[in-house]
Amino acid sequence: MNYSEKQNSIIEDFSMFEDWMEKYEFIIELGKEVNLIPEQDKSDDLLIEGCQSRVWLKSEVNNGQMYYFADSDAIITKGIISLLIKVMNGETPSTIAKENLFFIEKIGLQEHLSPTRANGLLEMVKRMKMDAIKNI
Amino acid sequence: MKDTTEYKASIENIRSQFPILSKKVNGRDLVYFDNAATSQKPYTVIKRIDNYYKNENANIHRGVHYLSQKATEDYESARNIIGTYLNAADTSEIIFTKGTTDGINLIASSFGSMLNEGDEILISAMEHHSNIVPWQLLETQRGIKLRIIPIHENGEIDMDAYNEMLNSKTKLVSVTHISNTLGSINPIGEIIDKAHAVGAKVLIDGAQSIQHDQIDLMALNCDFFVFSGHKVFGPTGIGVLYGKSEILNLMPPYQGGGDMIEKVSFEKTTFNVLPFKFEAGTPNIVGGIALGEAFNFLKSLNFNELHKHEMNLLKYAEEELNKLDNIRIIGTAKNKTSVISFNVGELHPFDIGTLLDKQGFAVRTGHHCTQPLMDFYKIPGTIRISFSVYNTKQEIDLFLIALKKAIDILS
Repeated sequence: MNYSEKQNSIIEDFSMFEDWMEKYEFIIELGKEVNLIPEQDKSDDLLIEGCQSRVWLKSEVNNGQMYYFADSDAIITKGIISLLIKVMNGETPSTIAKENLFFIEKIGLQEHLSPTRANGLLEMVKRMKMDAIKNI
Repeated sequence: MKDTTEYKASIENIRSQFPILSKKVNGRDLVYFDNAATSQKPYTVIKRIDNYYKNENANIHRGVHYLSQKATEDYESARNIIGTYLNAADTSEIIFTKGTTDGINLIASSFGSMLNEGDEILISAMEHHSNIVPWQLLETQRGIKLRIIPIHENGEIDMDAYNEMLNSKTKLVSVTHISNTLGSINPIGEIIDKAHAVGAKVLIDGAQSIQHDQIDLMALNCDFFVFSGHKVFGPTGIGVLYGKSEILNLMPPYQGGGDMIEKVSFEKTTFNVLPFKFEAGTPNIVGGIALGEAFNFLKSLNFNELHKHEMNLLKYAEEELNKLDNIRIIGTAKNKTSVISFNVGELHPFDIGTLLDKQGFAVRTGHHCTQPLMDFYKIPGTIRISFSVYNTKQEIDLFLIALKKAIDILS
């Protein structure tokens, strides 16, 4: 699956949920499978400080493809991170830097990416893209 | 908790004056429990803003035309309403600011410029960042020493420690009347008297108390009192700094500009009298006028009844929360207002707040701009519910159901 197809597949998964509860239960489940960063590696330069929840992000390039590792102290934030990682992992830096990231809005989670939300996610998406740009 | 018919009717009457309370959020009836962050606005305040722009808008204090005179009259009359309500010795002691933060910064900048190296300022460990950072800046600029009055685990100020910290070098004690995070009501009467005994001035941060308490400035005898309009049913962007005129008169101006001057020349500029000396530039005219209207609303309330109502809500909510597993209430001072901060086991406050929001409940989560206090309790943040005059026991019942649901989903 390419970048857009991966995003469309998530949108399709989310379209099956009938209410907010099912949606959030799913996000919380996803939060449990995010690529965790070991405690001892959580240095300050990986930390993205939000007003509410904290996010740690690390990226690697392997064979010209981006791989991200992340964690958060809040499970809902972690769930959303997990979705971002599913979409971005294995993509080339140029795809991540240039192609549209549209699924968050389509699945009704754009509020989590608003600057007022202060959960560090908006900053994280920016940093994921910046890390990709550095590797083009 | 008793809900007499007569009493219910008065709360219903109050609720009907707040249009936003009939709004739906995420398809559900809004329950607004974030009153420590900001209060909702009654129709009278909303209409006053509308009316000002429709019929009165003009700049004040300088125009000879009808609109300017009318706007000036209304703005100054609002100052008078507020000064009278708060029992200030003189209306000129009521200075309009942008809010609590602005008021504290004004004092830190102006009163602070009269302090010298080695002078001490005391604040408590439960202060909002607004009552910490301006003093830290002053520490760097003027070499004053900022000292922190410790608190007990239950969220009460350690008065023994306070007494020991006061000395002849103490120039200012700046404490919150009510903690925005813990709800603790501090013994400010005693704090003020003890500070005065060593010759220190006292600034009271009234951001939280202005809505819950009937403030009598002359009886309190504090030197400065600051609050924000938006926390007391008024608009954002307007607030009040009260200061005793004999101190304000000694203080240099804060900002320079229009309105604050008497005469300007390139050789020498002289400054206007109080309160204008501290109100440079075109002020937030509509904000001031609407804040006056908010105080008219306050006057219409029966404070004794409402105080009882809020105490009932507090007691009921705390009792019910304590029945749930793993609830930890942060802030258990004996004298407390209707603010409850709590955590549920190891669950993150942000997760619970998000799931409550999905169910139409407005609560606050996070560190509430009191990070040192969070460090004291060794927690990243709390979930905070805070009540106002329009909240009901029924809303608390609905909240408890929603909270249980959030906990279930997260567990």
